[in-house]
Amino acid sequence: MKLIYLLCIVLFLGCGNAQKDIADSKNSNSAQDTELTVVNYDALEPMLNKKNDSIYVVNFWATWCAPCVKELPHFEKLQDNYKAKGVNVLLVSLDFPRQYDKKLKPFIKENDLHSKVVALNDTNQNRWIPAIDDSWSGAIPATLIYDSTKRRFYEQTFTYDSLLKELKQFL
Amino acid sequence: MRYLNKVLIAFAVLFSLSFTNLPESNGYKIGDIATDFNLENIDGRMVSLSDYEDAKGFIVIFTCNTCPYAVAYEDRIIALDKKYASKGYPVIAIMPNNTDIKPGDSMKNMRARAKAKGFTFPYLMDKDQSIYPQYGATKTPHVYVLEKTSKGPQVKYIGAIDDNYQDAKKVNEKYVEEAVDALLNNEPIKTKETRAIGCTIKV
Repeated sequence: MKLIYLLCIVLFLGCGNAQKDIADSKNSNSAQDTELTVVNYDALEPMLNKKNDSIYVVNFWATWCAPCVKELPHFEKLQDNYKAKGVNVLLVSLDFPRQYDKKLKPFIKENDLHSKVVALNDTNQNRWIPAIDDSWSGAIPATLIYDSTKRRFYEQTFTYDSLLKELKQFL
Repeated sequence: MRYLNKVLIAFAVLFSLSFTNLPESNGYKIGDIATDFNLENIDGRMVSLSDYEDAKGFIVIFTCNTCPYAVAYEDRIIALDKKYASKGYPVIAIMPNNTDIKPGDSMKNMRARAKAKGFTFPYLMDKDQSIYPQYGATKTPHVYVLEKTSKGPQVKYIGAIDDNYQDAKKVNEKYVEEAVDALLNNEPIKTKETRAIGCTIKV
Protein backbone atom coordinates (compact mmCIF):
# COMPACT_ATOMS: atom_id res chain seq x y z
CA MET A 1 0.00 0.00 0.00
CA LYS A 2 2.85 2.33 0.86
CA LEU A 3 4.06 1.81 -2.69
CA ILE A 4 0.76 2.95 -4.18
CA TYR A 5 0.85 5.96 -1.91
CA LEU A 6 4.32 6.82 -3.07
CA LEU A 7 3.27 6.32 -6.68
CA CYS A 8 0.40 8.76 -6.19
CA ILE A 9 2.80 11.31 -4.81
CA VAL A 10 5.21 10.84 -7.69
CA LEU A 11 2.38 11.06 -10.21
CA PHE A 12 1.16 14.32 -8.79
CA LEU A 13 4.47 16.02 -8.35
CA GLY A 14 4.22 16.92 -12.00
CA CYS A 15 1.02 18.90 -11.63
CA GLY A 16 2.77 22.07 -10.67
CA ASN A 17 -0.15 23.18 -8.56
CA ALA A 18 1.26 21.95 -5.30
CA GLN A 19 1.49 24.75 -2.85
CA LYS A 20 3.63 24.75 0.25
CA ASP A 21 2.54 26.75 3.21
CA ILE A 22 4.99 28.01 5.76
CA ALA A 23 5.72 25.18 8.14
CA ASP A 24 4.17 25.46 11.56
CA SER A 25 6.89 25.35 14.17
CA LYS A 26 4.78 23.11 16.40
CA ASN A 27 4.67 20.44 13.74
CA SER A 28 8.26 20.26 12.74
CA ASN A 29 7.98 16.54 12.01
CA SER A 30 7.91 15.13 8.52
CA ALA A 31 4.17 15.73 8.03
CA GLN A 32 5.07 18.97 6.29
CA ASP A 33 6.99 16.98 3.76
CA THR A 34 3.80 15.20 2.77
CA GLU A 35 3.07 16.34 -0.73
CA LEU A 36 -0.36 17.82 -1.17
CA THR A 37 -1.96 18.57 -4.50
CA VAL A 38 -3.86 21.84 -4.26
CA VAL A 39 -6.28 22.59 -7.07
CA ASN A 40 -8.80 25.20 -8.06
CA TYR A 41 -12.06 24.11 -9.65
CA ASP A 42 -10.73 24.34 -13.19
CA ALA A 43 -8.06 21.82 -12.26
CA LEU A 44 -10.48 19.61 -10.32
CA GLU A 45 -13.17 19.52 -12.99
CA PRO A 46 -11.37 17.03 -15.31
CA MET A 47 -10.96 14.68 -12.33
CA LEU A 48 -14.75 14.62 -11.97
CA ASN A 49 -15.41 13.91 -15.63
CA LYS A 50 -13.10 11.14 -16.75
CA LYS A 51 -14.38 8.94 -19.53
CA ASN A 52 -12.82 5.50 -19.29
CA ASP A 53 -13.57 2.06 -17.92
CA SER A 54 -13.00 3.04 -14.30
CA ILE A 55 -15.51 3.94 -11.62
CA TYR A 56 -14.72 7.06 -9.65
CA VAL A 57 -15.85 7.62 -6.08
CA VAL A 58 -15.26 11.25 -5.12
CA ASN A 59 -15.76 12.23 -1.50
CA PHE A 60 -15.84 15.88 -0.37
CA TRP A 61 -14.59 16.17 3.19
CA ALA A 62 -12.48 18.18 5.64
CA THR A 63 -10.51 17.34 8.76
CA TRP A 64 -12.77 19.69 10.76
CA CYS A 65 -15.91 17.86 9.63
CA ALA A 66 -16.58 15.16 12.22
CA PRO A 67 -19.06 13.07 10.18
CA CYS A 68 -16.62 13.21 7.25
CA VAL A 69 -13.73 11.92 9.33
CA LYS A 70 -15.99 9.21 10.71
CA GLU A 71 -16.92 7.85 7.28
CA LEU A 72 -13.46 8.21 5.73
CA PRO A 73 -12.37 4.66 6.68
CA HIS A 74 -15.29 3.30 4.62
CA PHE A 75 -13.90 5.01 1.53
CA GLU A 76 -10.43 3.70 2.29
CA LYS A 77 -11.81 0.19 2.70
CA LEU A 78 -13.74 0.53 -0.55
CA GLN A 79 -10.56 1.62 -2.33
CA ASP A 80 -8.67 -1.37 -0.96
CA ASN A 81 -11.35 -3.92 -1.72
CA TYR A 82 -12.36 -2.72 -5.16
CA LYS A 83 -9.20 -1.31 -6.67
CA ALA A 84 -8.78 -4.43 -8.78
CA LYS A 85 -12.27 -3.87 -10.19
CA GLY A 86 -11.32 -0.43 -11.46
CA VAL A 87 -12.62 1.66 -8.58
CA ASN A 88 -10.73 4.87 -7.86
CA VAL A 89 -11.46 6.82 -4.71
CA LEU A 90 -10.62 10.53 -4.73
CA LEU A 91 -10.78 12.44 -1.45
CA VAL A 92 -11.32 16.15 -2.09
CA SER A 93 -10.41 18.08 1.04
CA LEU A 94 -12.15 21.39 1.72
CA ASP A 95 -9.84 22.30 4.57
CA PHE A 96 -8.87 25.96 4.85
CA PRO A 97 -5.49 26.65 3.19
CA ARG A 98 -4.01 27.81 6.49
CA GLN A 99 -4.75 24.34 7.88
CA TYR A 100 -2.96 22.40 5.15
CA ASP A 101 0.27 22.12 7.12
CA LYS A 102 -1.22 22.13 10.59
CA LYS A 103 -4.11 19.73 10.11
CA LEU A 104 -4.50 18.20 6.69
CA LYS A 105 -0.97 16.92 6.00
CA PRO A 106 -0.57 15.42 9.49
CA PHE A 107 -4.00 13.81 9.10
CA ILE A 108 -3.04 12.23 5.78
CA LYS A 109 0.20 10.98 7.27
CA GLU A 110 -1.17 9.70 10.57
CA ASN A 111 -4.01 7.85 8.91
CA ASP A 112 -1.79 6.61 6.13
CA LEU A 113 -4.48 7.46 3.57
CA HIS A 114 -3.97 5.45 0.44
CA SER A 115 -6.81 6.92 -1.56
CA LYS A 116 -5.80 9.89 -3.66
CA VAL A 117 -6.20 13.19 -1.82
CA VAL A 118 -6.44 16.65 -3.37
CA ALA A 119 -7.22 19.92 -1.61
CA LEU A 120 -9.69 22.19 -3.36
CA ASN A 121 -8.86 25.85 -2.82
CA ASP A 122 -11.42 27.87 -4.74
CA THR A 123 -13.47 30.52 -3.00
CA ASN A 124 -16.02 30.87 -5.78
CA GLN A 125 -18.21 28.19 -4.28
CA ASN A 126 -21.35 29.52 -5.87
CA ARG A 127 -19.81 28.56 -9.19
CA TRP A 128 -18.44 25.12 -8.48
CA ILE A 129 -21.00 23.67 -6.05
CA PRO A 130 -23.87 23.67 -8.60
CA ALA A 131 -21.40 22.67 -11.34
CA ILE A 132 -20.50 19.52 -9.42
CA ASP A 133 -24.15 18.72 -8.79
CA ASP A 134 -27.19 20.92 -9.08
CA SER A 135 -28.80 19.30 -6.03
CA TRP A 136 -25.86 19.98 -3.70
CA SER A 137 -26.66 22.58 -1.04
CA GLY A 138 -23.01 22.72 -0.02
CA ALA A 139 -23.15 20.63 3.16
CA ILE A 140 -20.38 18.08 3.63
CA PRO A 141 -19.81 15.19 3.62
CA ALA A 142 -20.96 14.75 0.05
CA THR A 143 -20.06 12.06 -2.46
CA LEU A 144 -20.09 11.70 -6.22
CA ILE A 145 -19.92 8.30 -7.89
CA TYR A 146 -19.53 8.23 -11.65
CA ASP A 147 -18.36 6.21 -14.60
CA SER A 148 -18.40 6.95 -18.30
CA THR A 149 -22.16 6.54 -18.56
CA LYS A 150 -23.76 7.71 -15.34
CA ARG A 151 -23.28 9.80 -12.20
CA ARG A 152 -24.94 9.85 -8.81
CA PHE A 153 -24.52 12.50 -6.15
CA TYR A 154 -25.16 12.00 -2.44
CA GLU A 155 -25.38 14.80 0.12
CA GLN A 156 -25.33 12.39 3.04
CA THR A 157 -23.10 10.23 5.22
CA PHE A 158 -22.36 6.60 4.44
CA THR A 159 -21.76 3.38 6.29
CA TYR A 160 -19.54 0.88 4.49
CA ASP A 161 -22.59 -1.17 3.57
CA SER A 162 -24.60 1.74 2.23
CA LEU A 163 -21.59 2.96 0.25
CA LEU A 164 -21.04 -0.49 -1.20
CA LYS A 165 -24.68 -0.72 -2.16
CA GLU A 166 -24.38 2.47 -4.20
CA LEU A 167 -21.11 1.35 -5.76
CA LYS A 168 -22.70 -1.92 -6.87
CA GLN A 169 -25.00 0.03 -9.20
CA PHE A 170 -21.84 0.82 -11.13
CA LEU A 171 -20.05 -2.54 -11.04
CA MET B 1 -42.42 -20.22 -3.79
CA ARG B 2 -43.70 -18.64 -0.59
CA TYR B 3 -40.16 -18.22 0.57
CA LEU B 4 -39.24 -16.52 -2.69
CA ASN B 5 -42.17 -14.13 -2.29
CA LYS B 6 -40.99 -13.21 1.17
CA VAL B 7 -37.50 -12.57 -0.09
CA LEU B 8 -38.85 -10.41 -2.88
CA ILE B 9 -40.96 -8.40 -0.46
CA ALA B 10 -37.96 -7.96 1.81
CA PHE B 11 -35.95 -6.66 -1.13
CA ALA B 12 -38.74 -4.31 -2.15
CA VAL B 13 -38.90 -2.91 1.39
CA LEU B 14 -35.13 -2.48 1.52
CA PHE B 15 -35.19 -0.81 -1.87
CA SER B 16 -37.86 1.69 -0.88
CA LEU B 17 -36.07 2.39 2.41
CA SER B 18 -32.94 3.21 0.51
CA PHE B 19 -34.85 5.93 -1.30
CA THR B 20 -36.15 7.51 1.87
CA ASN B 21 -32.54 7.83 2.96
CA LEU B 22 -31.76 10.23 0.17
CA PRO B 23 -31.68 13.88 1.16
CA GLU B 24 -34.84 15.67 0.18
CA SER B 25 -34.73 19.21 -0.99
CA ASN B 26 -37.69 20.31 1.08
CA GLY B 27 -37.71 23.67 2.72
CA TYR B 28 -38.42 27.12 1.42
CA LYS B 29 -38.08 28.41 -2.07
CA ILE B 30 -37.87 32.08 -2.98
CA GLY B 31 -41.30 33.64 -2.48
CA ASP B 32 -42.51 31.20 0.18
CA ILE B 33 -43.89 32.52 3.46
CA ALA B 34 -41.59 31.55 6.32
CA THR B 35 -42.83 30.19 9.59
CA ASP B 36 -42.50 32.24 12.74
CA PHE B 37 -40.94 30.54 15.75
CA ASN B 38 -40.65 30.89 19.47
CA LEU B 39 -37.10 29.95 20.43
CA GLU B 40 -35.01 30.49 23.53
CA ASN B 41 -32.37 33.18 23.36
CA ILE B 42 -29.06 33.08 25.22
CA ASP B 43 -30.55 35.52 27.77
CA GLY B 44 -33.28 33.02 28.64
CA ARG B 45 -36.05 34.95 26.90
CA MET B 46 -38.18 33.53 24.12
CA VAL B 47 -37.90 35.28 20.76
CA SER B 48 -40.32 35.32 17.81
CA LEU B 49 -40.27 37.24 14.56
CA SER B 50 -43.62 38.76 15.58
CA ASP B 51 -41.86 40.49 18.51
CA TYR B 52 -40.26 42.85 16.00
CA GLU B 53 -43.17 45.12 15.24
CA ASP B 54 -41.07 47.80 13.58
CA ALA B 55 -38.89 45.51 11.46
CA LYS B 56 -39.23 45.55 7.68
CA GLY B 57 -37.78 42.08 7.51
CA PHE B 58 -35.09 39.81 8.90
CA ILE B 59 -31.71 38.33 8.19
CA VAL B 60 -32.19 34.84 9.63
CA ILE B 61 -28.86 32.99 9.89
CA PHE B 62 -28.53 29.35 10.93
CA THR B 63 -25.10 29.27 12.54
CA CYS B 64 -23.22 27.72 15.42
CA ASN B 65 -20.09 27.85 17.57
CA THR B 66 -18.37 24.75 16.29
CA CYS B 67 -18.28 25.03 12.51
CA PRO B 68 -15.11 26.65 11.12
CA TYR B 69 -17.12 28.23 8.31
CA ALA B 70 -19.59 29.73 10.80
CA VAL B 71 -16.71 31.01 12.92
CA ALA B 72 -15.07 32.54 9.84
CA TYR B 73 -18.25 34.56 9.30
CA GLU B 74 -18.89 35.71 12.89
CA ASP B 75 -17.44 39.19 12.43
CA ARG B 76 -19.31 39.63 9.17
CA ILE B 77 -22.58 38.56 10.83
CA ILE B 78 -22.02 41.16 13.55
CA ALA B 79 -21.32 43.76 10.84
CA LEU B 80 -24.55 42.85 9.04
CA ASP B 81 -26.57 43.42 12.20
CA LYS B 82 -24.82 46.71 12.92
CA LYS B 83 -25.50 47.93 9.41
CA TYR B 84 -29.05 46.70 8.89
CA ALA B 85 -30.82 46.40 12.28
CA SER B 86 -31.32 50.16 12.36
CA LYS B 87 -32.61 50.05 8.79
CA GLY B 88 -35.27 47.51 9.73
CA TYR B 89 -33.48 44.25 8.93
CA PRO B 90 -32.08 42.81 12.17
CA VAL B 91 -30.02 39.61 12.25
CA ILE B 92 -31.66 36.65 14.02
CA ALA B 93 -29.13 33.85 14.56
CA ILE B 94 -30.40 30.33 15.18
CA MET B 95 -28.21 27.45 16.36
CA PRO B 96 -29.72 24.27 14.85
CA ASN B 97 -27.35 21.50 16.01
CA ASN B 98 -28.11 18.63 18.37
CA THR B 99 -26.01 19.58 21.39
CA ASP B 100 -25.62 15.94 22.47
CA ILE B 101 -23.52 15.49 19.33
CA LYS B 102 -21.96 18.97 19.49
CA PRO B 103 -21.57 19.90 23.18
CA GLY B 104 -19.64 22.94 21.99
CA ASP B 105 -22.97 24.35 20.83
CA SER B 106 -24.73 24.04 24.21
CA MET B 107 -26.67 27.04 25.52
CA LYS B 108 -23.85 27.71 27.97
CA ASN B 109 -21.27 27.71 25.18
CA MET B 110 -23.51 29.79 22.92
CA ARG B 111 -23.76 32.35 25.71
CA ALA B 112 -19.98 32.36 26.18
CA ARG B 113 -19.31 32.75 22.46
CA ALA B 114 -21.85 35.56 22.08
CA LYS B 115 -20.28 37.38 25.02
CA ALA B 116 -16.72 36.91 23.78
CA LYS B 117 -17.59 38.16 20.30
CA GLY B 118 -20.05 40.83 21.41
CA PHE B 119 -23.06 39.57 19.48
CA THR B 120 -25.56 42.42 19.07
CA PHE B 121 -28.38 40.12 17.92
CA PRO B 122 -30.40 37.28 19.41
CA TYR B 123 -28.65 33.89 19.30
CA LEU B 124 -31.44 31.35 19.56
CA MET B 125 -31.41 27.61 19.98
CA ASP B 126 -33.60 25.41 17.78
CA LYS B 127 -33.81 23.06 20.73
CA ASP B 128 -36.21 20.46 19.35
CA GLN B 129 -34.74 20.91 15.86
CA SER B 130 -38.15 21.67 14.40
CA ILE B 131 -37.47 25.04 12.76
CA TYR B 132 -34.42 24.46 10.54
CA PRO B 133 -36.08 21.61 8.55
CA GLN B 134 -39.05 23.86 7.77
CA TYR B 135 -36.68 26.46 6.37
CA GLY B 136 -34.72 23.75 4.60
CA ALA B 137 -31.40 24.74 6.14
CA THR B 138 -28.83 21.98 5.65
CA LYS B 139 -25.69 23.56 7.02
CA THR B 140 -24.10 26.34 9.01
CA PRO B 141 -23.93 29.14 8.07
CA HIS B 142 -27.11 29.24 5.98
CA VAL B 143 -28.90 32.57 5.47
CA TYR B 144 -32.55 33.41 4.77
CA VAL B 145 -33.44 37.05 4.08
CA LEU B 146 -37.13 37.60 4.82
CA GLU B 147 -39.30 40.57 3.99
CA LYS B 148 -42.42 41.32 6.01
CA THR B 149 -45.50 41.24 3.82
CA SER B 150 -49.23 41.20 4.54
CA LYS B 151 -49.11 37.40 4.11
CA GLY B 152 -46.21 37.00 6.52
CA PRO B 153 -42.42 36.99 6.31
CA GLN B 154 -41.62 36.20 2.68
CA VAL B 155 -38.36 34.47 1.66
CA LYS B 156 -36.37 36.77 -0.62
CA TYR B 157 -32.85 35.36 -0.54
CA ILE B 158 -31.34 31.97 0.43
CA GLY B 159 -27.68 31.09 0.67
CA ALA B 160 -24.27 32.44 1.55
CA ILE B 161 -23.29 35.74 3.15
CA ASP B 162 -20.75 36.57 0.45
CA ASP B 163 -18.44 34.93 -2.06
CA ASN B 164 -15.25 34.53 -0.04
CA TYR B 165 -15.32 32.49 3.17
CA GLN B 166 -11.55 32.70 3.52
CA ASP B 167 -10.95 36.42 3.48
CA ALA B 168 -13.47 39.18 4.10
CA LYS B 169 -11.16 41.65 2.38
CA LYS B 170 -11.25 39.70 -0.87
CA VAL B 171 -15.02 39.52 -1.16
CA ASN B 172 -16.34 40.51 -4.56
CA GLU B 173 -20.03 40.00 -4.02
CA LYS B 174 -21.79 40.68 -0.73
CA TYR B 175 -24.89 38.62 -1.53
CA VAL B 176 -26.85 39.34 1.67
CA GLU B 177 -26.06 43.07 1.65
CA GLU B 178 -27.03 43.31 -2.01
CA ALA B 179 -30.32 41.53 -1.31
CA VAL B 180 -31.22 43.69 1.68
CA ASP B 181 -30.17 46.89 -0.11
CA ALA B 182 -32.40 45.93 -3.03
CA LEU B 183 -35.34 45.33 -0.69
CA LEU B 184 -34.75 48.67 1.05
CA ASN B 185 -34.66 50.43 -2.33
CA ASN B 186 -37.64 48.52 -3.75
CA GLU B 187 -35.45 47.08 -6.45
CA PRO B 188 -35.33 43.53 -7.76
CA ILE B 189 -32.74 41.28 -6.09
CA LYS B 190 -30.04 40.33 -8.57
CA THR B 191 -28.84 37.10 -6.97
CA LYS B 192 -31.62 35.33 -5.08
CA GLU B 193 -29.91 32.03 -4.30
CA THR B 194 -26.29 31.05 -3.77
CA ARG B 195 -24.43 27.95 -2.63
CA ALA B 196 -21.60 27.67 -0.17
CA ILE B 197 -19.83 24.93 1.68
CA GLY B 198 -20.87 24.55 5.29
CA CYS B 199 -21.03 22.09 8.14
CA THR B 200 -23.93 19.67 8.00
CA ILE B 201 -26.48 20.39 10.71
CA LYS B 202 -26.01 17.72 13.36
CA VAL B 203 -29.24 15.80 13.97
